[in-house]
Amino acid sequence: MAQVYYSKDHEWVSIGADGLATVGITDHAQAALGDIVFVELPEPGRNVAKAEAVAVVESVKAASDVYAPLAGTVAEANQAIVDEPGLVNTGAEGAAWFFKLRLADPASVSTLLDRAAYDEFLGTLA
Amino acid sequence: MGIHMLKTPLDGLHRKLGARMVEFAGYEMPLQYAGIMAEHNACREGAALFDVSHMGQVEIADARGFEALVPGDITGLKAGRQRYTLLLNAQGGIIDDLMVANLGTHLQAVLNAGRKDVDVAHMRAHGLAVTTHFDRALLALQGPKAAALFPEGAALKFMDAAAVSVEGIPCVVTRSGYTGEDGFEIGCPGEAGERLAEILLARGAVPAGLGARDSLRLEAGLPLYGNDIGEATSPVAAGLNFALSKKRLAAADFLGAAAVNTALAEGTAEKLVGIRLDGRAPARAHAEIRHQGARVGEITSGVFSPTLNAPIALGYVRADLASPGTALELIVRDKPLPGTVTALPFVPHNYVR
Repeated sequence: MAQVYYSKDHEWVSIGADGLATVGITDHAQAALGDIVFVELPEPGRNVAKAEAVAVVESVKAASDVYAPLAGTVAEANQAIVDEPGLVNTGAEGAAWFFKLRLADPASVSTLLDRAAYDEFLGTLA
Repeated sequence: MGIHMLKTPLDGLHRKLGARMVEFAGYEMPLQYAGIMAEHNACREGAALFDVSHMGQVEIADARGFEALVPGDITGLKAGRQRYTLLLNAQGGIIDDLMVANLGTHLQAVLNAGRKDVDVAHMRAHGLAVTTHFDRALLALQGPKAAALFPEGAALKFMDAAAVSVEGIPCVVTRSGYTGEDGFEIGCPGEAGERLAEILLARGAVPAGLGARDSLRLEAGLPLYGNDIGEATSPVAAGLNFALSKKRLAAADFLGAAAVNTALAEGTAEKLVGIRLDGRAPARAHAEIRHQGARVGEITSGVFSPTLNAPIALGYVRADLASPGTALELIVRDKPLPGTVTALPFVPHNYVR
């Protein structure tokens, strides 16, 4: 299993064998958003800064931005969740990943949280 | 949520049912229980139960005095009947939109939560005696199966009103609602509210929150006070001409009558329209509306319609662009999304007349 990192903006980041960082939103985030009806993803080739708004998820009632957890270049976007946004509700931390990033600095993952730290962070939100 | 927040008599039940609570008009209200989509569909296909106790139930004895503040025929409203009407200001703007029922001995009006204090002050300032019953509970049982779950209201037709007993709880029931579906709004003493809700849930109603209430009313093309109508809105611009009595307009004997008659004669600069978007991205309130690149209006409510599986919106556009079929662009995240003016309601009403 690849190590998974988390951001306080409720994104997860998984580093694959190819070095690409797969980014999605956490199960906590999808539950908070409710039924997701629309997803807009960044175009491959786009350079994104850390914390830049790069994707949008819309529930029935509201829109939310998804931020780049780290700086890099978008390598791939997950068309499956554009075609079927409800997948984000059922597979947020798996099949419903949002995009893959070629990280500007592979060492930058160390600025993110591990699972235990993220869970602890969630505990402070209740 | 702040300690100053108001709670309805059903607050404990919402928490027991696991509702996600949000602030609305000063109240802690359930946004959703199982999820907006499931609750929305339960109302379109079965029966959903909404707590609308935040709305203000008031009693008015003087129908003639009340009539002077609204453009509807109130003295002609028969006992056991209800009507949608508008409190208007002197400029013909909408202070509130409301349901008023003739209960025989008096009128009962149901006021929007965020407007009830303003409404009561306005009515009293015009010399009208108003008795508030803001501690009462009000439940909305809505959906095609509502009548099967509520035999106590079976004798009522759309917009009828009656006092009935529900397993010993004294209720005031109207056959009406805010979803476009058949259904009932059931008022009862606040202390009996949770028991009444538990009875209706045990009969098979699905608890539904404000999220589904909003998507349902938008599909039904019903305006929301504060979003789609307000004190600066003419009922003519809002497409509420059905609430303007011909007799009352001819007599011009209500507050704001001159302005309303002028708006009817001359038309308004803008009109409220329904807009269906082509893609899947919703346009929300305050999104700019353009026509051939030029600004022509603004969205006032927008939602993803679960029934149509497409985004829908209400907004004001230049009056010459209000005809169904007119192509518009809605600006969302700096991009123009194509949409089309669509006749309201988006989803046909299903009332039992």
